Amino acid sequence: MSEVIVITSGKGGVGKTTTSANLGCGLAVLGKKVALVDADIGLRNLDVVMGLENRIVYDLVDVVEGNCRLKQALIKDKRYDGLFLLPAAQTRDKDAVSPEQMQKLCEGLKEEGFDFIIIDCPAGIEQGFKNAIAGADRAAVVTTPEVSAVRDADRIIGLLEANGLNNPMLILNRLRIDLVQRGDMMNIEDVTEILAVDILGVVPDDETIVIATNKGEPAVTNQESRAGQAYRNIVQRLIGQEIPLMSFEEQPVSFLEKLKGLFRH
Amino acid sequence: MDFFSFFKKKNAPPSGSVAKDRLKLVLVHDRVNCSSQVLEMLKTDIIKVISNYMEIDEEELDIQITQTQSEENNGTVPVLYANIPIKSMRKVQD
Repeated sequence: MSEVIVITSGKGGVGKTTTSANLGCGLAVLGKKVALVDADIGLRNLDVVMGLENRIVYDLVDVVEGNCRLKQALIKDKRYDGLFLLPAAQTRDKDAVSPEQMQKLCEGLKEEGFDFIIIDCPAGIEQGFKNAIAGADRAAVVTTPEVSAVRDADRIIGLLEANGLNNPMLILNRLRIDLVQRGDMMNIEDVTEILAVDILGVVPDDETIVIATNKGEPAVTNQESRAGQAYRNIVQRLIGQEIPLMSFEEQPVSFLEKLKGLFRH
Repeated sequence: MDFFSFFKKKNAPPSGSVAKDRLKLVLVHDRVNCSSQVLEMLKTDIIKVISNYMEIDEEELDIQITQTQSEENNGTVPVLYANIPIKSMRKVQD
């Protein structure tokens, strides 16, 4: 059985690419055959997050235009056998591909025997978004607990449902538990109540993500990383395991933090 | 209520709940695709029609789009809410 999951958000910079890389890598760790597709044509980034930027020969547009076979464009990951990346073209724009071509591409990837095909969707709601969702079976919406990101997520959920991708799964990214505890950030319940969708996972704001991205090694494999743990939990849920949401209670606000908070008000 | 909240400024709601309330309001309008301009036009038209039958307090008139629990499924649906205080009835010619 193979499944195409599109990772989308509407707003840029909330962590679509990081999420795509971590979920792809996490699934590959469990022995799944995974294709990561960078649909952000013209602004390719999944290659650098994965640390595969030096291995690109062909890209998505080459496949679509018939300049190469699908297999030739798929880059094998350095670390995991079952993980492959189909990079975006950097010198073209979104109009180089049509939704029909993306559908065909996804069919082609399914025929290659991939268990999961994860599509990293570009920001926005225009052509790039329409292309990215065209071949998808399910959608995950990434948001952060900020008004702008949640508003865009709501719009994206509406557009996904209008295109037959019902019940998208929500990933709440970059939760700052210290801010939530003092009431200065919306909490998990606030966001799920507003968006009225099922939550797939909550990823805490974590500096190990920055470090991992610097190195081109997704944090999901770092056992010390809390964000990595959150991604590992999401991966388990994707393969049908019931894992409770990570507990954020175990990091109580220190006395010093509270003291600082006092003077802020 | 923890010990430290005693020292904090009272009355001001935490910014997290301000964010939630603002979002809820903006999303209601986003979802029905109704701009404040359209709402203003609607308001003017409603006043025009009702004024044929009764004298209303235009200052106190309140029209907004909010959400209510849907009876069919568990989701919410947008509703047009109008609170129109009547000053007096007009004599309507049959």
